[in-house]
Amino acid sequence: MEYLVHILVLVSLYTTLTFSLDLIAGHCGLLSLAQAAFYGIGAYTSAIVALAFGVPFPGALAAAAGVAVLMSMAVSTPSVYLHDDYFAIVSFCFQMIVFSVLNNWLEVTRGPLGISGIPQPVIFGRPVGQLEFLALAAGLAVVSYLVVTRLTKGPFGRVLHAMREDDVFSQSLGKNTFYFKTVAFAVSAALAAAAGSMYAHYISYIDPSNFTVTESILILSMVIIGGAGSRLGPLLGAVTLVLIPELLRFAGFPPSIAGNLRQMTYGALLILILVVRPRGLLGSYGFEAK
Amino acid sequence: MLRCERLRKSFGGVLALDDVTLQFPLAGLVAIIGPNGAGKTTLFHVLSGFLRPDAGRCFLGQRDITGCPPYWVAGLGLGRTFQDLRLISQMTVMDNVLVARPRQRGEKLITSLLPFTFAAEEQTNRSIAMDYLKYVGLAGKASDAAADLSYGEQKLLSIACCLATEAQALLLDEPIAGVHPEIANRILHLLIDLRTRGKLIIFIEHDLQAVVEGSELAVAMDHGRVVAQGEPKEVIARREIMEAYVG
Repeated sequence: MEYLVHILVLVSLYTTLTFSLDLIAGHCGLLSLAQAAFYGIGAYTSAIVALAFGVPFPGALAAAAGVAVLMSMAVSTPSVYLHDDYFAIVSFCFQMIVFSVLNNWLEVTRGPLGISGIPQPVIFGRPVGQLEFLALAAGLAVVSYLVVTRLTKGPFGRVLHAMREDDVFSQSLGKNTFYFKTVAFAVSAALAAAAGSMYAHYISYIDPSNFTVTESILILSMVIIGGAGSRLGPLLGAVTLVLIPELLRFAGFPPSIAGNLRQMTYGALLILILVVRPRGLLGSYGFEAK
Repeated sequence: MLRCERLRKSFGGVLALDDVTLQFPLAGLVAIIGPNGAGKTTLFHVLSGFLRPDAGRCFLGQRDITGCPPYWVAGLGLGRTFQDLRLISQMTVMDNVLVARPRQRGEKLITSLLPFTFAAEEQTNRSIAMDYLKYVGLAGKASDAAADLSYGEQKLLSIACCLATEAQALLLDEPIAGVHPEIANRILHLLIDLRTRGKLIIFIEHDLQAVVEGSELAVAMDHGRVVAQGEPKEVIARREIMEAYVG
């Protein structure tokens, strides 16, 4: 039961992360490899603020989101000048730099040793239990769904979709594409950082290896598998990519080769999904070269 | 009133605009003619903010708009279309025109999270967009994807989008090139009608017949320079003489 709740917490956190990335990757068409960097910035900011200054969880989460919003400008500004593959490279660089800082700034982040003893959230005077935490994480996932859906369904989203296809045309119609990209990145970073803050206070120990480019690629895969730019695609992508590896534990593979067989099966399933549905399970937007 | 002074723009060794000074009327139809590579589209890019000139200035009324970003210039009332027909092909015809509507509250972060703050404005914009579509004759195709329109219809759509920005001056880059004669005619009549409504339409065109028919002012360019301007018939005649001598 505890295991099941833990899985659901992970699903909730990844749902938030996937929605946050889908806002810029799916709706703006900006393939970013930096989502784990914002996840990590959120986790570390929250942990440091809570441990060094005794800030309670809500304040720590807000600080995490704030720092991430500021740092998102490092990625949103180049996105105005660089497109497609070049932007992906810049986002990759940002991810690597953030990881490097987390891993080497020993005075602040304790590098590879990580930060332990991150306090659990305290609500109404007592620490939050596992089920209550699931409610918090699920609540954040719902908020991220609502924010991304509201933003992308109305006029704001209409401009994002127009920019996604033709930035020059959008500018000729009077749209300040710099503003829209900056705002989209800021919202995306804030949501990812909030998920990071929750993760830190849930697991109570974080280290840089949780926030590598591999993690960014995992979140991007969830966006693509679920269907980039679709309403519920991010949820489906997160559920699929968290559940498949867990379900494969019970597939009855012989113990000696179970690990390898699980990975092979997982990979084969991903390939199968993309062959049958190239734009993801619920997707309508493709990242094909224009 | 739109004008430019001594515009100069080169790309590497190629001088695309060479000391171009032009003053456009407040309203009316102005045709820019000239061979390929004359600098006509480059002039449009500089006027609309997509290119910064190496020298010279552009003015919209009293405002110096040289080097202002394109979205800013569009917001001041100078709209444009593109030679390579840009549209959002994945969106519907209606949505293309809706994107063009200016000053939408729903495009700001906070208000966009609260639909009730812009619902009425959205309704109004939809109805205005439909009016523009009716004006260009595309009302029946409002829910079609822009990609499904014929080339001529797409050109009409791009003009509708330009008008929907509430632009006072429009730069139309080859509005009837490559279009079925019936739709070309429709577009020409649209432009003439827009003139009577007080708009300034500056268009690049190769079809000289259309130029003579439509405009009251023609500007001939060649090798980045303005070689003649004035009455269309005179300008065309002068150009033909020049071509005969220079080849």
